[in-house]
Amino acid sequence: MKYLMFVCTDTEPDTDPTPEPDVNLWVDRHDASGQRLMGMALAPKSTATTVRVRDGQTLVSDGPFAETKELIVGFDLLECADLDEAIEVAKAHPMARGGRIEIRPQADWDRS
Amino acid sequence: MTEARAAAAQAAAAAATEAYQRIVAPLIRITGDWTLAEDCAQEALALALDRWPADGVPDNPGGWLMTVARNRALDVLRRGTVERRKLRELAVLALTAATAEPEPEEIVDDRLRLVFTCCHPALPLEGRVALTLRTICAVPTPDIARAFLVSESTMTRRLTRAKTKISEARIPYRVPTGPALQERLPGVLAVLYLLFTHGYNPDGEPAFADEAIRLARLLARLMPAQAEAHALLALFLLQHSRRHARRDAAGDLVPLDRQDRARWDRTAIDEAVGILSGLGGTGLGGTGLGEPDLGDPALGEPGPYALQALIAACHATAASVPDTDWRRIADCYDRLAELRPSPVIELNRAVAHGYAHGPAAGLDLLGRARAGGALDGYPLAIAAEADLTARAGDRARAADLFRAAAAHAHSDVERRALLDRADELREASDGAAAA
Repeated sequence: MKYLMFVCTDTEPDTDPTPEPDVNLWVDRHDASGQRLMGMALAPKSTATTVRVRDGQTLVSDGPFAETKELIVGFDLLECADLDEAIEVAKAHPMARGGRIEIRPQADWDRS
Repeated sequence: MTEARAAAAQAAAAAATEAYQRIVAPLIRITGDWTLAEDCAQEALALALDRWPADGVPDNPGGWLMTVARNRALDVLRRGTVERRKLRELAVLALTAATAEPEPEEIVDDRLRLVFTCCHPALPLEGRVALTLRTICAVPTPDIARAFLVSESTMTRRLTRAKTKISEARIPYRVPTGPALQERLPGVLAVLYLLFTHGYNPDGEPAFADEAIRLARLLARLMPAQAEAHALLALFLLQHSRRHARRDAAGDLVPLDRQDRARWDRTAIDEAVGILSGLGGTGLGGTGLGEPDLGDPALGEPGPYALQALIAACHATAASVPDTDWRRIADCYDRLAELRPSPVIELNRAVAHGYAHGPAAGLDLLGRARAGGALDGYPLAIAAEADLTARAGDRARAADLFRAAAAHAHSDVERRALLDRADELREASDGAAAA
């Protein structure tokens, strides 16, 4: 089962003084286990461009489509047996403490 | 209906409901489809309720229900065309009536897995409670809707959303192990606690308290090493033991100090005290609630439910309010305030210290509890100050405080009781001044 991990900032990060885990170690460990298929950090929101097509017209505008305080700063695609396994992977990511992580399963169009 | 027929119908209903709860978990596991499993189990239940009163309860009620439900599930699956349904069909074929014979461990384990799935933190809390009642306790959706003051369609949507998320996000059907169990168990216990309080509150559904007790028993039996699961069961039993004494003839709440203790359920109290004695590790000084086992690090410090149960046990085993072991209660509140700091805990802690160590100690703690402002206008906080002030000897001021508490009372009964206290103190105070 594929899950997409949205790595986001949060207005209230963890205040625990112990150091956050190293992101490179996180990547290496979960690439090796086969749970992380791919992923990347994203450039800042000032580089974002939004594209829409309406009545055959392409509308290109600056900025992310939604103005929120929490920003998506990266993503990782996971392959996990179930949600609990995905939660275990997500909670080991440094941004689970520095920000927050949203886990979304792939849609299952086969399902009735 | 004759008495015999009524009794037969009642026995049939009890047997069918009990069996239903045992077949629904394996059906969900095998079909992987909550709605299908529930629909089929419901149909089997309806058929049983129709036939058993006349035909008699079969020797193996679970097996009977499972056969009917399984055949129904196969009918539905055979109408499906998708390949994966064929695979599920094979799994369902393997479900035999024997799967639902009374109490094989696998069935019991299935129910425990179901509890952890229904109480998964990735589901909204209201969905967890509703799903637990619907799927594990087999409470009909309209009854759940009524208890939570929402329409039946709202409750149906809530249940559907929860089941859809379980299926689409693939929330596992499994009891977590190791550190994950310690993370998840408190959430499961919290859902049970919510269920229980909903059965226990004045406007609640009394049957929910019984369901919560049954589930707590199941958890305690299946997770013998989890002290908090046992403690929760003990806490439920102790609160439940007062069910016949906590309301007067008019249905109004009777405070603990005025309850007729002869009406407390001694069997439930004895069972709860037995459970708490068995836990050990409570380390709170022996007062007949079992020998404290300070030296066993595996059992650790008592958790929040153990502390609440110990407090309830002190009340339940005391002959009267003055005879209550307030020192032990004060100790428990000290620890509870560390584990679960909250203004109400601090208030109760102040009251307990007031009994255990004198009104001055109580007033001191009460002042600190109210410093944050969270207890402003809370009648019980003002009444506590009034009571402590009266016992400290200032009856005139205590009477004024009881009057102030009455002005904030939430009900007429509460207001009357507070004004009565004020009047008693006023008379005593005037009498003393005149003498």
